[in-house]
Amino acid sequence: MTTRFRFRDIDWVLLGLGVAIAVIGVVEIYSTTQHSALQGQYKKQIYWLILSIVLALVVSHLDYHVLLEQTPWFYVLSVLVLLELLVAGHAIARTKRWLRFGGLTFQVSELVKLVIILSVAAYFAERRGKSATWGDLVKLGLLAGVPAVLVALEPDLGTALTFLAILGSGILLAGIRWRQIAVLMLLGLMSLPVGWHVLRPYQRDRFMAYFHPTQDTQGTSYQVTQTKIAIGSGGLRGKGVGNGTQSHLGFIPVSQADAIFAAFAEEQGFIGTLIVLLLYFALLLRLLDGAQMAPDRAGAFLLVGLASVLFFQVAINTGMMIGLFPVTGIPLPLMSQGGSSLLFTFLGLGVAMNVRAKRFVN
Amino acid sequence: MEVRFPEHERLPAWKIAFFQYAIALTFLGLLVAYWRIQIGQHRSYLEQAERNRVRNLPVIAPRGRILDREGRVLADNFPAFSVLLMRESASILAPERMQGIARSLGLVPVELQHLMEHTARLPRFQPVVLKQSATLDDIAFVESHRLEYPELALIQVQQRLYPKRDVAAAALGYVGEVSEDMIAKPGSPYRPGDVVGKFGIEREYDKVLSGQDGMRRVIVNSRGEEVGSLTTINAMAGNDLRLTIDLDLQMAAEAALGDQPGAIVALDPRTGEVLAMVSHPSFDPNDFAKRIDRGEWEKLTDDPMKPMMNKAIQAQLAPGSVFKIVTATAALETGTIQPDFTLHCAGAVDIYGHTYHDHKVHGSVDLHRAIILSCDVYFYTLGKLLGIEKIDYFAKRLGLGHRTGIDLPGEAAGLIPSPEWVQKAFKRKWWAGETMSVAIGQGAVVVTPLQLARMIGAVASGGVFCRPHLVFKDQLLALGVDPPDDSGRNFPLGETTLEELTRGMWGVVNEDGGTGVGARCPGIDIAGKTGTAQVVSVDLMKSAQNASYNNNAWFVGYAPTTKPEIVVAALVLRGEHSTVAVPVAREVIKAYFDKKAARKPPPGPTPAQSPMLSKANSARLPTPAVDTENRQ
Repeated sequence: MTTRFRFRDIDWVLLGLGVAIAVIGVVEIYSTTQHSALQGQYKKQIYWLILSIVLALVVSHLDYHVLLEQTPWFYVLSVLVLLELLVAGHAIARTKRWLRFGGLTFQVSELVKLVIILSVAAYFAERRGKSATWGDLVKLGLLAGVPAVLVALEPDLGTALTFLAILGSGILLAGIRWRQIAVLMLLGLMSLPVGWHVLRPYQRDRFMAYFHPTQDTQGTSYQVTQTKIAIGSGGLRGKGVGNGTQSHLGFIPVSQADAIFAAFAEEQGFIGTLIVLLLYFALLLRLLDGAQMAPDRAGAFLLVGLASVLFFQVAINTGMMIGLFPVTGIPLPLMSQGGSSLLFTFLGLGVAMNVRAKRFVN
Repeated sequence: MEVRFPEHERLPAWKIAFFQYAIALTFLGLLVAYWRIQIGQHRSYLEQAERNRVRNLPVIAPRGRILDREGRVLADNFPAFSVLLMRESASILAPERMQGIARSLGLVPVELQHLMEHTARLPRFQPVVLKQSATLDDIAFVESHRLEYPELALIQVQQRLYPKRDVAAAALGYVGEVSEDMIAKPGSPYRPGDVVGKFGIEREYDKVLSGQDGMRRVIVNSRGEEVGSLTTINAMAGNDLRLTIDLDLQMAAEAALGDQPGAIVALDPRTGEVLAMVSHPSFDPNDFAKRIDRGEWEKLTDDPMKPMMNKAIQAQLAPGSVFKIVTATAALETGTIQPDFTLHCAGAVDIYGHTYHDHKVHGSVDLHRAIILSCDVYFYTLGKLLGIEKIDYFAKRLGLGHRTGIDLPGEAAGLIPSPEWVQKAFKRKWWAGETMSVAIGQGAVVVTPLQLARMIGAVASGGVFCRPHLVFKDQLLALGVDPPDDSGRNFPLGETTLEELTRGMWGVVNEDGGTGVGARCPGIDIAGKTGTAQVVSVDLMKSAQNASYNNNAWFVGYAPTTKPEIVVAALVLRGEHSTVAVPVAREVIKAYFDKKAARKPPPGPTPAQSPMLSKANSARLPTPAVDTENRQ
């Protein structure tokens, strides 16, 4: 373990890809919030980006084993903070996702993602054997399930689902039997009616809108209709920065946040879509490449967990923009406006860089 | 808690490869999906984006005003708001949404549904008018619910205003929303919600009065607020229309008829210009400028006195004794009798074994006395001498039994019975006895007030028949509208005929015992003919022989006796006796001459009052075929 600053240890490719996507995001935030009430938000995003890069570099020099050792404490703290939020959280748009920290508001669940990645990695680091046992599945289910339920109650179904994505990728990586998959799927199907009952009315509407997108174009599926119009009208080359009518005239809701990719695709066209998706693809492959070379199981689980959650978010977010998935509140990592999400992603990249740097150790 | 890290326990490569392939496949799928939307369906989505951001708002052209002959406003416009449904953003309205809109704007949901169904075929960029003359509440609702109902919009429109309310309403007509039938016609330029003339001048000259609507293409945001403007096609206002009606005379005529049901037509027999046209009971055309509700409409259409009918041109009634002028003309022109043909009226006469009654015993009467006393026996006899064919021929040449061609929609033709007509309508031969009824203007003879005014005016002018009209010919030419053909209508009368009839109609008013003495007016040389006609409609012909009905009162007066300038037909429905109608016409004629006297204190040639009028004067028909002055 070293604390000496070494340039050699920095994965410039991974950092470069992350920063490139984030810069594209900043430009799009600048474009889409022009002449609106949110004008100037891009500056805030730049400050968060700089902070995130610095912290990523700091974390990259912190041995991930140290982090894993502290994981149980992180986990307990996370659950406590999530409980605290539910009881006395600061509501923005009627959801209790935000922790006030001085003048800043902070979305705790973003950081909890990292804690869950660490927890799953820590769990499997100790596990041996070819595949997970039923006991593993129950323990892991509780491990990710408790915070997932707490976050879902905020309500933030999208982020809760990302926790389950981390869990799923971990189990897949550890190994699972077909019979176990079958039983889990059966359990999932049986719990569907219960889940439907638990969903809030707007969430049910979103699901219904997903299955009947042409009904009631002004209602719930309005968002998907409008993001599709934005994306489709962009064509090959796009309308150019600042020229997206769908985002500028307010047809796309929250075009600087969750729907930023629709605003981006409208202004930059398919060429822009292609470039950004390729950048994400390269980033994810770089993470998996790191996993392949990780010095131990824990490192590999960390990287695969991080890649999975980023992949899950990118796929669901860009997919729901064109109606492939029901609308859920999942931001596009690195691009969507929001400091918490940016910070989580870069901290994750910092950890990833550290794992990669350790590949020659031993 | 101590965590141990087993070394050299790398994961098998295939597990990582599984993730790599999963990611690669997903991204490939995403790219394909984005390709299909951004490249494959680009055109369609671009159109939708344009429709989102661009709104085509009609700019409603103000309708031309309608003025009286001196330029006083009879129909004007005032700014109002209409609520539009922008169908680009909502082609299909969910039922509950429609209910919400209907409730908030006070519309009947079924009618709204109906409107939506009937406009479904129209191009989407055409907005539909949901509600005309929006109230302040409606405007506030649309303004404050832009987010909930982005498909609603407001436009300023010009709403019709008739400042004189029910004055001349029957002639002016009214405007209303274009009917579905009119929209459905092939090549129809109308869109739902368009305002068109429905009746009267408004309908006849709809093309002249209605302008060309413009279009504004504006950029709107998702809340429906205008944030910019692309192009504007200006609306072209409709043309003003100046009528031949003189508002002063019209007001006098309205007052003269008062509350009595009936009609008045005042014509200038030299030109055919309609100076006043009254039909009572009247209606307020302002009620139609906005969407009239069913109750009000039914009240108007179910009224037995038919306020929605222009009785001056649409009421077909027996002319009674006024028709004796036709019979007299026929008798003189055919030489059947000479003016000194005299007979004894004993109050009744037997012809073909049937006794025809007169209203009183007139004793010895010649043609002149027969006209002024309105002796039925005399005219029964003329009828017998003439036969139906001659009466029919002259009646038609004198402008009865067919439309006068006035520039108003829905003019009735009236009816002059003839053997051919009886054959056609009832499949029977003409009964000889029927001729006697026709000779005194009863039986199946029906005419309109306009026809009678024109007939008497033409006879008094020696047979000069002008087409009655409400719009100056020169104005139509200036507007590029071809005026109707006026030629070939004159029917010059012989000198003796003209003199006898003129003297007779002068006597009606000015000789003692005349039936129209009530029309005398100091300083004005009035002549005319009265009529008291039994109320018998054509449909009731067969059954109405001896039934007792109320009478309609007629008086058609003109002045001066020679070279008349004005002829007024007054009809009082259920007036019992012609003496009820006589003062009505007198008041109108008096108003005409009072105004003329007030306008030019020293007698002499009138300076042209307005270019339009002087042109109208020069456009009059040539001098009457028979010059009355030469006969003195």
